[in-house]
Amino acid sequence: MCLLTNAAVNLEFNPMAFVENLKHMGVGMLVIFAIIGIIILATKLVNYLFSE
Amino acid sequence: MEILYQNLLAFDRYDLIMIGIGCLLVYLAISKEMEPSLLLPMGFGTILVNIPFSDALVGPIQELYNAGIANELFPLLLFIGIGAMIDFGPLLSNPKLMLFGAAAQFGIFFTLCLASIFFPDFRDYFSIAIIGAADGPTSIAVANKLGSQYVGAITVAAYSYMALVPVIQPPVIKLLTTKKERMIRMPYEQKSVSKLTRILFPIIITVVASAIIPQATALIGFLMFGNLIRECGVLESLSATAQNVLANLITIFLGISVAFNMTADKFLQLDTLLIMGLGLVAFIVDTAGGVLFAKLLNLFMKNKVNPMIGAAGISAFPMSGRIVHKMAQEEDPQNFLLMHSIGVNVSGQIASVIAGGIILNIAAKLMGG
Repeated sequence: MCLLTNAAVNLEFNPMAFVENLKHMGVGMLVIFAIIGIIILATKLVNYLFSE
Repeated sequence: MEILYQNLLAFDRYDLIMIGIGCLLVYLAISKEMEPSLLLPMGFGTILVNIPFSDALVGPIQELYNAGIANELFPLLLFIGIGAMIDFGPLLSNPKLMLFGAAAQFGIFFTLCLASIFFPDFRDYFSIAIIGAADGPTSIAVANKLGSQYVGAITVAAYSYMALVPVIQPPVIKLLTTKKERMIRMPYEQKSVSKLTRILFPIIITVVASAIIPQATALIGFLMFGNLIRECGVLESLSATAQNVLANLITIFLGISVAFNMTADKFLQLDTLLIMGLGLVAFIVDTAGGVLFAKLLNLFMKNKVNPMIGAAGISAFPMSGRIVHKMAQEEDPQNFLLMHSIGVNVSGQIASVIAGGIILNIAAKLMGG
């Protein structure tokens, strides 16, 4: 039921998967910086328009 | 008499190990004060579900799990409370700080690649990666939405490492910075932020993030809804309720119902140990990502930033911000980084939720295609 038996079924060792998933890393970081960039610009605009 | 020993004999060593793990979580919560509001209910829940023939598992805990975790309701409701607790003031005075929040999510995507080496199902390695969000509710919501079989282990890893941020971050920061860099002072200009800006900010974030990543709408929306309740100025009572009663109530239910996944057959696997290791890598790489990004910016900036504030970009709020401030004061007692580091820290909260949405978005495309 536990430990090694199921682990052997669930786990694998496929180093190439790291390389294959690098595209997700690139896209993910790019999108997060893009969204944050837009939010920064919008916040600066709001700060400028409605500053006290 | 027979009924007594029959039930006792039903215990196997795996049940006892899990009960031991439950007791350990309770001990860490009480004695070490490691995220006690979550680890204590989770630890006690673990004891409840690992007693043979327990009517707590197939009964109230399963019902709570289906009612609040399987449909992501509890993490989202908890976000209303968290949103109501956060003051975005330091961030609004210096919006550029949000860049560090984005950089410190690097651990999520690095861990995604690393976990893919060992876990063949993308739903599992995407879910494991989100431990790097350093944000319990996001980790639970994403892992559940993706249908990962490791929700229990992911939750334990996320909350354990959040509690261990004061142990994990300082050595990584010291390794990547020189004493001179750690002594860089950053003057803080107190800028007033209008009430209208504070009200518009959660709306802007919700619209921008959700328009680009629709899968982030619920996560970011509930967080920002809580913040809007806080900032609108006409819902003091609701704000107080969200910050205290709602957040506490949901935390109790969330903790005990996560234990539904803490049964021996689901938890006592080598996979779990691997997930704990990958979670640690995620936190380390998050920290390194933030610090190295700050050092990169310093190559181009006239007014240098203290690279330690990059480390506060992980979402563990407010611990990470305080650690950076404390480390700066250890190097130079006159160096006050708190407002900067807390600003970066709250931006990490926003960025981690957006990162959760991005993970769900990429996963949805993989499922569709």
